[in-house]
Amino acid sequence: MSANSNSPASPKSLWLTIYATCVYAFLYLPIAVLAIYSFNGTGVGGFPPKNWTLSWYRILFKDDAIWNTVLNSAIVAAIAVAIAITLGLLAALALDRANFPGKALFRRLVLLPLILPGIITGLSLLMLFVAATMKLSLLTITLGHGTALISVATTEIFAGLQKLDRAQEEASLDLGANHWITFWRVTLPNLKVSMIAAALLVFTLSLDEIAVSFFLIGRSNTLPLEIWSRLRRGITPEINAISTIILLFSIALILVWYRLRTRTSNEAAAVLPSTIQGEQA
Amino acid sequence: MYTRAYKSAVAIPPLLWVTIFLLIPYAILFCYSFWQVSPLQIIIHSWSLDNYRELLRNHIYLEVLFRSMRIAGAVTALALLLGYPLAYFLSFRATKRKDLLYQLVIIPLWVSYLVRGYAWKTILGSDGVLNGFLQYLHLTNHPVEFFLYSPFAVILTLTHIYTPFTFLPIYASLEHIPRNLIEASQDLGASPARTFWRVILPLSLPGVLAGATFAFVLTLGDFLAPLLVGGPSGIMISNIVVSLFGAAYNWPLGAAISLCMLILVVTLLFLVERLEKKLSFQ
Repeated sequence: MSANSNSPASPKSLWLTIYATCVYAFLYLPIAVLAIYSFNGTGVGGFPPKNWTLSWYRILFKDDAIWNTVLNSAIVAAIAVAIAITLGLLAALALDRANFPGKALFRRLVLLPLILPGIITGLSLLMLFVAATMKLSLLTITLGHGTALISVATTEIFAGLQKLDRAQEEASLDLGANHWITFWRVTLPNLKVSMIAAALLVFTLSLDEIAVSFFLIGRSNTLPLEIWSRLRRGITPEINAISTIILLFSIALILVWYRLRTRTSNEAAAVLPSTIQGEQA
Repeated sequence: MYTRAYKSAVAIPPLLWVTIFLLIPYAILFCYSFWQVSPLQIIIHSWSLDNYRELLRNHIYLEVLFRSMRIAGAVTALALLLGYPLAYFLSFRATKRKDLLYQLVIIPLWVSYLVRGYAWKTILGSDGVLNGFLQYLHLTNHPVEFFLYSPFAVILTLTHIYTPFTFLPIYASLEHIPRNLIEASQDLGASPARTFWRVILPLSLPGVLAGATFAFVLTLGDFLAPLLVGGPSGIMISNIVVSLFGAAYNWPLGAAISLCMLILVVTLLFLVERLEKKLSFQ
């Protein structure tokens, strides 16, 4: 349906198409450049790229230091997912179904890390861990990621909960199942897709997270912090190579996430709108 | 239909977690901001307003704060300038490939922040890709230095990062506009321009507001882009906090700045929420 009297071929519409194309170019050009120069034999920079090579990838695959941090990041992300999804599910259920004093404050507090710059979350957690005389390590980073990402899990699962048909739960209770069985047999299976989608999202965000981790880092690095510390020593195409791999991995996860998301709703909903709507809810 | 036990079971664990890992840390931040650090670099737990006095006395803090706000304002304006027409194009013009085009905006959103910041660093550097390109075209014969390590580089990088963030809520609000309102406006004789200014734009303002808030707040607190591409002239308020918590070792002063940022952000969110309610009642 054309909502405007301009036909798609009108000059105004043409300008808009050109403008939109330019915006896409702006979004993708830097990423494309990054990937292209990971194959550039003469290093990062200069034009045109020449001496195409896979040697940066070869160096990367032999670089044990990097792969150790990849493993660290994966462990951190997996535990952060467990924390964020468990508490996000409970928080979403509480926001949907329970009334308690301070509920409005609780909602704001849970969702705050979503929009709060990472530095504030990171620093205030640093002070907590210092006060509790906890040594900084991967554990503190994991707790930081889990805490910050409960917000994402809560909004995703809360959105899924809005679509849930409560009559099913009532039927289950009327037929004699208790709350516990109803939760496992009715509520949870209905939320499965939004929970998997939330888990993928939390996993990706944790893998990429740097602002909170920056303050909670102990002896062992996560992948983004390892890249960060290498950047201070100078740029090499090896960083382009690992970035390109991260890129492909993120895209793969996002495509799965998007599939799940659109399978449950006809509307192309995204995490941010539901996040923002969640703040108003 | 939910029992008391059910409600407690779902509410208590997240309440506890949020209290321990969000509320208490903010409270500690609050306390630190009134403490001092001794010349021997020991934190003294005596209460005073000295840190806040120092923030007002030394002009560097307010200057950098205002610079950060200017950078955040510029990023917000640019992200809206890029994001709004894109959202409009997708919502009203793209028909067949709408879904694909939408996914194409989402993908960069979840591409690592660091990867995107790094990409700009390799493009803008004095022996970077852009300079190589300009010399290849013989537009310049020596490297242009000012691309990298400037507020301009910070604005460019953060605009790239936050444009998809601003796009999403705007697109959602455009998609929610009932199409018969637009038809009504046209049937009553309004020109397309008038329809846009009097119908579409006002109805999409809540989305614009949400997108702008995201871009502004997240830029304001950013410290990574300035470190990556900003150089000394691109320093922002969070960089000062980072150095106070690192080499400069003055946690209490750093905490005071962080607390001011926290209050600034929460106030802004509160105002936006009020404004949004007002807009949606119109």
